[in-house]
Amino acid sequence: MEKSTERFPLTHVFGFVLSLVLTFVAAWVALEMNLSFTIVMWIIGTLAVIQAGLQLFMFMHMTEGEDGKVNIINIAFMVFCAVVIVVGSIWVLTSGHAAH
Amino acid sequence: MSANVNTSLPLEYQTEQSRMNILGFWIFLGAEIVLFATLFSVYGVLYKNYAGGPTHQDIFMMKEVMIQTVLLLTSSFTMGVAIWEMRRNNKKGLIGWFILTLLLGAGFLFMEINEFIHYIHEGATMQTSAFLSSLFVLLGTHGAHVTFGIFWATMVIIQIAKRGLTPVTARKTFIIGLYWHFLDVVWIFIFTFVYLKGMVL
Repeated sequence: MEKSTERFPLTHVFGFVLSLVLTFVAAWVALEMNLSFTIVMWIIGTLAVIQAGLQLFMFMHMTEGEDGKVNIINIAFMVFCAVVIVVGSIWVLTSGHAAH
Repeated sequence: MSANVNTSLPLEYQTEQSRMNILGFWIFLGAEIVLFATLFSVYGVLYKNYAGGPTHQDIFMMKEVMIQTVLLLTSSFTMGVAIWEMRRNNKKGLIGWFILTLLLGAGFLFMEINEFIHYIHEGATMQTSAFLSSLFVLLGTHGAHVTFGIFWATMVIIQIAKRGLTPVTARKTFIIGLYWHFLDVVWIFIFTFVYLKGMVL
């Protein structure tokens, strides 16, 4: 956490370029390459998680301040809840239980 | 509250009250993550239930989606620069980048509304299939957040213009900044797990 002293927002420009690159790589892998569905989903899923982390750390200043650790624990726990909700729901509702 | 002013910190963190407000907003964002998780899980369960209606490939327009994505990514960047200008105590720079952010957000919204109108013309409405119901609810909730953010940010801009940069207006600006970046994070996942996934099915 600092008052800005440099004359140019270098981290922001770097983060912006990186997020554009990640977006276009994901689009290229999904739309132009002939890979199997599972492989494409693993690649673009990983790219999405990297890009979300980029936003949280480079743009949202998640770790700064005396509450930085609390922020990380809070967001990590909510991401855990999100994964449980999404993966759990899809697993339970699509793994053949509906057939009974 | 005023007894606890620490002027070595950026303006938005200087009072105890502001630090508490920012922490509280992070906790709210945690709840928003879970809200969107429930909508993603509904979509993840129902995304192949076409009920004889149009499929992903029938309705998705990838060129428009790419433009929407770039608009929102750029607006997240300009929001970051606005906060950076605020920390240099540059009120004019802050307001300029802030307004640019909202224009990009409005551009995104305009394209999303056009996308919905296009879907409805194609016969893909909310009532057509479970796939489209869950799609419209997920995209619509995100779009409603962007709409709300534009109104909220407009009021914050008016307040900065009237009262200048104070610990209170700086804290409000920082918090709307967090909200705006969060909407971009949600869009990254919509782009990946709705649009790109739909196109490789």
